Amino acid sequence: MSKQLLKGNEAFAEAAIRAGCEGFFGYPITPSTEFLEYMAKRMPELGRAFVQAESEVAAINMVYGAACTGKRVMTASSSPGISLMMEGISYLAGTEVPAVIVNVMRGGPGLGNIAPAQGDYYQMVKGGGHGDYFPIVLAPASVQEAINIMGVAFDLADKYRAVVHMIVDGNMGQMMEPAELPPMRELPKKPPNWAVTGAKGRKPNFLSSIYIDPVEQEVTNLRLLKRWLEIEKNEVRFAESGLEDAEIAVVGFGTSGRVASSAIRTAREEGIKVGLLRPITLAPFPEKRLEEISKQVRRILVVEMNSGMMLDDVNRVVQGRVPVEFYGRMGGITPLPDEILDEIRRVATNRMPVNGDARQQWITRLEKIVGGQA
Amino acid sequence: MTTLHQINHQIVYQRPESLSDTNTHYCPGCTHGVAHRLVAEVLDEMGIREKTIGVAPVGCSVFAYKYFNMDFVEAAHGRAPAMATGVKRVLPQNTVYTYQGDGDLASIGMAEIMHVAARGENITVIFINNAIYGMTGGQMAPTTLPGMKTTSSPLGRDVELSGFPIRMSEMLATMDGAGYIARGSLHDAKHIRKAKKAIRIAFETQERGLGFSMVELLSSCPTNWKITPNEALDFIAEQMVPVFPLGEFKTNPELAKLRV
Repeated sequence: MSKQLLKGNEAFAEAAIRAGCEGFFGYPITPSTEFLEYMAKRMPELGRAFVQAESEVAAINMVYGAACTGKRVMTASSSPGISLMMEGISYLAGTEVPAVIVNVMRGGPGLGNIAPAQGDYYQMVKGGGHGDYFPIVLAPASVQEAINIMGVAFDLADKYRAVVHMIVDGNMGQMMEPAELPPMRELPKKPPNWAVTGAKGRKPNFLSSIYIDPVEQEVTNLRLLKRWLEIEKNEVRFAESGLEDAEIAVVGFGTSGRVASSAIRTAREEGIKVGLLRPITLAPFPEKRLEEISKQVRRILVVEMNSGMMLDDVNRVVQGRVPVEFYGRMGGITPLPDEILDEIRRVATNRMPVNGDARQQWITRLEKIVGGQA
Repeated sequence: MTTLHQINHQIVYQRPESLSDTNTHYCPGCTHGVAHRLVAEVLDEMGIREKTIGVAPVGCSVFAYKYFNMDFVEAAHGRAPAMATGVKRVLPQNTVYTYQGDGDLASIGMAEIMHVAARGENITVIFINNAIYGMTGGQMAPTTLPGMKTTSSPLGRDVELSGFPIRMSEMLATMDGAGYIARGSLHDAKHIRKAKKAIRIAFETQERGLGFSMVELLSSCPTNWKITPNEALDFIAEQMVPVFPLGEFKTNPELAKLRV
């Protein structure tokens, strides 16, 4: 199949269908709405389930019900909608049924705005819903990468009976890029043995997140934890470039990682030895690779479209071996390559130790930009 | 001499196959057990147990999955109709029903129940209305009668402060997507027989693809009403029925020919 010019949200939706998605349940919200619109047209064509729910709360609980039948099902939403879904996501995780949830992130908190942001990092990566559970979080950086990762998302969800989040920002949902779609996968002939399908000729199956006896709940949580440790061992994904001889490492995910890669190319042309680590799985986080990098480079710059959330994970792994600096834009602002290039130049010549939180120094620089003094 | 073994037995009454062989946690005098049995008898009689998937609620019937002998899922509080929608849409050949109480269905789950009816979702809802939150220990429900004392309306439900009871069946009957809506009561044998008939019609509605069906059942809660089981049955007849009139509120014309 050849490359076509595809809109992010629509391409992700078609990729999900080709990965075997048999049920989509959602609610309109900018900037993810085209995902729902595409599904509204395409799913009935294929005789698959589509419901525009009355709310995100209902949508995620439809996903929950459909996931219990063992079929591949999903929803897509944007930040405030995902907040509403968090209760249901916790239930999905507690019931150990697979589901894929796409968050096309926008500026927040609250109603915020509809511009692209990465401020849901904590919510997505650290759980977001109540209780002890661990979602897998995928953060592609191009339409093509998101198409490719959609199949992976469903495979991982099934393999680990886990919730898989694919998070992109509004840029990715809205932009058009040339990309190639995978072929249509065949649907499975038989449901998994744990699914509810009607107890014909077998004992009834029961799916729930209820464990009234705390001992049973602890056993369940231990099972979830051990499964997560397996995921941490097996499923780390990242992209990197120019790190072989790098003295400076930039760490960024999704769009901020992609913008950073443009800046890095220019910086390389200027002779700055800088490379990029772009986590594709934010959970599990590419800890081992980052640890190696932190033993090689003399400085790390974290770039995000939030107030420095992944920065905390980077600091946790780097453990002060080298100074970690931060550059972020918030509230729906995407950094320009030139902004990041300036940061790379600054970091490349900075020999000072970073005192305290890298955010403190970034705030001073950001306030100049926000105040129009930069 | 004839021994006991030689007598020809004819079984006239036994546990329906759709009920599990287990004890329930329900309080003495609670009518959940009656409601469970009626649903189980109907599913047995229709021969659809093996393709039925139940959706349990949060509330006193949170453990319904233990008492019914069929595939079951457990919903979040109020979300059973949404969960049932998800199941039914990907398994349209299966029979799907929810079993919900009044706090679950008429308070926290109000949006889900209205929209599942509006969509004409081919599912059946068994709605237990006992005018109180049972599991959390007797708080005011959206169906609590005016003046009725609960732990969160200790002086009696004051309609000036906390409004009026909600009549779900009447509201849902206005939905074009509803095929069958009825309210029955479990306070005596006559009404129990009528309630069973309504449950049968509700599942027949689903089997015929005639849209959303619900049977509301006026039920007793002697523990939280703080009266005896017998007094509780009288309370239903004398206090609840006047507020929640019994009958069929919506019947798809195709169901009229049905003899159950």
